Amino acid sequence: MDSRTDITRAVIVWVVLAIVADLLIGFLLAPHMPPGHFSNTASDQTEINNILALILTPIGLGVVTFFVYALVSFRQPAGPLEDGPPMRGDARMQIGWVGVTTTIVIVLAIVGTIELLQSPNSASGAGAGGGQGASVISQPSGNPLEVQVIAQQWQFTYRYPQYGGVETFSLALPVGRTVEFHVTSLDAIHSFWAYQLGVKADAVPGADNVAFTTPEHVGLFEVRCAELCGLWHGYMYSRGHVFPAAGFAKWIAHAQVANAPATHYLPKYAHVYYPLPLQRGG
Amino acid sequence: MRLTPDRAGQSMQPLGRKEGSISRSARIACALAGTVIVVLLVAWYVVGYVISLPPTVPQASAAGVTNVTVQTVASYGHQPHPDWVSYLVKNEQGRWVHSTIWKVPANSIVRVTVLQYDGQSGLRNPFLGQPRGIIGGTMTVNGKQLKVLNPDEASHTFTIPDLGVSVPLVGIADDAKNQCAVTPCTLAQAHDTITFEFKSGKPGLHRWQCFVPCAAGWLYGFGGPMQTVGWMDGFIKVV
Repeated sequence: MDSRTDITRAVIVWVVLAIVADLLIGFLLAPHMPPGHFSNTASDQTEINNILALILTPIGLGVVTFFVYALVSFRQPAGPLEDGPPMRGDARMQIGWVGVTTTIVIVLAIVGTIELLQSPNSASGAGAGGGQGASVISQPSGNPLEVQVIAQQWQFTYRYPQYGGVETFSLALPVGRTVEFHVTSLDAIHSFWAYQLGVKADAVPGADNVAFTTPEHVGLFEVRCAELCGLWHGYMYSRGHVFPAAGFAKWIAHAQVANAPATHYLPKYAHVYYPLPLQRGG
Repeated sequence: MRLTPDRAGQSMQPLGRKEGSISRSARIACALAGTVIVVLLVAWYVVGYVISLPPTVPQASAAGVTNVTVQTVASYGHQPHPDWVSYLVKNEQGRWVHSTIWKVPANSIVRVTVLQYDGQSGLRNPFLGQPRGIIGGTMTVNGKQLKVLNPDEASHTFTIPDLGVSVPLVGIADDAKNQCAVTPCTLAQAHDTITFEFKSGKPGLHRWQCFVPCAAGWLYGFGGPMQTVGWMDGFIKVV
């Protein structure tokens, strides 16, 4: 059997598998692809995950198909050990391989760059300010709600500088308004992960990591620490709420009153805090 | 006969078991032995973790109220870690037990009395200076009701995140006389008394911890007793 026949067979198998797999992904998996559509950030990530799954699955299947085909078709037959046919380069194959992979990488780079350059509160944006640091590529328009996420072993607390700097144990957000998270830590490295919101940003002592999102639905979302941070890391879990605007106004007003005694002792709002940990031990 | 090239590739020799090669049965035996060793190591770790946990100390309850009396000490004073900061709890017989795993009835009021013998080290997050999740929103410190504690005066916190309970514990002055160094500490020694109540709620297992990095001598105060169940953190078993 000549090599052309082998290639034709392998390609046919691969194309059939790829079409079937992409159809399954497109119709069965894509509607349930995490993190969902709770916010514009989450929707954007879901869309990107779907695109990547549709592109990368055929590539992965191509590798596996060739591997399995080679195992079956080119296995050592019974009998004396013989040298295989000499290997020669195939310029068309090489050019095709380099061309296809280069195209895929460039397309994905363009998609990623467009994502990062879009406004954080655009319907399909929110790529910028994904917790990469204090200097985001593009700023949201309007008046975002600033929420500071303060991590410490082993709990998150939240400050609302536009509401008198009140700090709370629970995280509440208004629906439809862009939120600007400023994530920092008072001790070890943590990671603020609001799963359904599609927000994940490292919480690092002395660092201010900014992330944006716009909640699009009222309801609950999960908050976890995504960085192994010590004994009770696994317990660093809570639920946040997205309220209608009026409900959020009521909630924050209540928090301001209830937490007023503690607010009196809070340091002036800053993007990072230096609580002199070496002096605190003991 | 199948042939295979020798090392130099110059001549061919019969294919089969080479001199010095490992037989199939020996390889299977090695794999099984390795698996058994790994399983034993994992089992040893798990068993070691389980038996290293302190005992569960049930708390006496009457008329829907469970009284829990604990003491917070700067140094345990005994092996294996005499210089570690720790909690102790009174059992139903009134004896002090070195444990941070306590059992309380569900849907009861838990009345906690903390005898606090450690000094002031301050709160890393001043927000925790306000007691929360407790009945009435106030704690009693040496007979005086407080809605908030100056964060600089705190020594530890008693916090059950699942239940929303967080209470700052005031520390004794650095120059206080007759400070306790070996547990159990007595009422004659320098201490503060903090009392508060919370509702135990439904049955469940809730971790509690101190939120002050109080492990003296450890990096940022976060090693040793802060990372070991039985010292500055533990469980509330609500049954």
